[in-house]
Amino acid sequence: MLGHLIVWIFIFSFVTALSKGKVSEVCAQLLASPEQALSLCVCVGCSICFWSGVMEVARQSGILKRLSKLFAPILKLLFPKLKKDSPAIQSICTNLAANLLGLGAAAAPAGIRAVQELQKNCSDPTIASDYSILLILLNTASLQLIPTTAAMLRLKAGSTAPMEILPAVWFSSVLSVSTGIIAAKLFSAICKAPSPLCHALHGRQKT
Amino acid sequence: MNMSFISNLAVPLVLCLIFCFSLFHHTDILSAFSEGVINGLKIVVDMFPALMLLTLAIGMLKSSGGLELLSKILNPIAESIGLPVPLIPLTLLRPLSGSGALVVFQNILSNYGPDSFIGKIAAVMMGSTETTFYTIALYCSATGIKKSRYSAPASLCADLMGFFASVLAVKLFL
Repeated sequence: MLGHLIVWIFIFSFVTALSKGKVSEVCAQLLASPEQALSLCVCVGCSICFWSGVMEVARQSGILKRLSKLFAPILKLLFPKLKKDSPAIQSICTNLAANLLGLGAAAAPAGIRAVQELQKNCSDPTIASDYSILLILLNTASLQLIPTTAAMLRLKAGSTAPMEILPAVWFSSVLSVSTGIIAAKLFSAICKAPSPLCHALHGRQKT
Repeated sequence: MNMSFISNLAVPLVLCLIFCFSLFHHTDILSAFSEGVINGLKIVVDMFPALMLLTLAIGMLKSSGGLELLSKILNPIAESIGLPVPLIPLTLLRPLSGSGALVVFQNILSNYGPDSFIGKIAAVMMGSTETTFYTIALYCSATGIKKSRYSAPASLCADLMGFFASVLAVKLFL
């Protein structure tokens, strides 16, 4: 899909360049862009490496485990039908805590494990259950506490206070996540699960 | 205690807390840190080819005058929903491609300046949204889900709110 988009951007740009007589500018850009890509990659990459290192320290020292315990009460609210002893709970907690710390590499495996557990209780595991969708939604919203990449690029562009966006990012994240949750709950009420067992059986053993 | 003090404090404080906690729990900081950095490097290497192609595509779009043309077309739509026009490409690309959004974001920063109104909104958008379609595709393919039902519309509702909330947040806080 992205590949097609890029080709269309190329064609569109080429035609516009021809019609506007800007072919030489496009040619200069073509020659310069690989280096621009490298410098962008170095700038963002250093930040990714550093924070990935810091968060690995956090993970190995057990902060992630402590943090995931804090999520238990929130989980009760979001997934009310999930039983306390469901194996999905631990994975969901780890997933949310890792997202909060910006540990993408740790969040995805835990999240996938959680969705697999949630789908086990469905009569048809190829159809996403309401809880699986809710968990995927929480992962498509950015829960990250410190927006390191955005701040790093602001610093590189010469910002005087690259971290000043922090309160605005938190405000916007909270609004967007809660909108997503409300939307998901509304959608689940409107379009009933194709098999009603799909969400009723969460946390119970398959019989 | 003003806002900028809190935001400047947050990063060193988080770092300090993490390092103190790991000291307390006898974690081998150096080996854990290097492990994390190497994992990060893998992510960067994976990202580089897409970043290269997208830098090229967006650079061409900009230098050919195509971006101007597109902005002119999108201007009325942007005005009617209250989003600044230069941010429209970012909002369109953000749910689709992380690297693409990164390139557009950097372009906005270099064109308008990181401390401008537009630059700040773009940064807040980058910080408060995710690559929605990629994430849904990853989760569904990894868990064998064929019918994702309402995941995409619900997630896009969140993204849309995130974009408008970013504009609002910059007006309120910055």
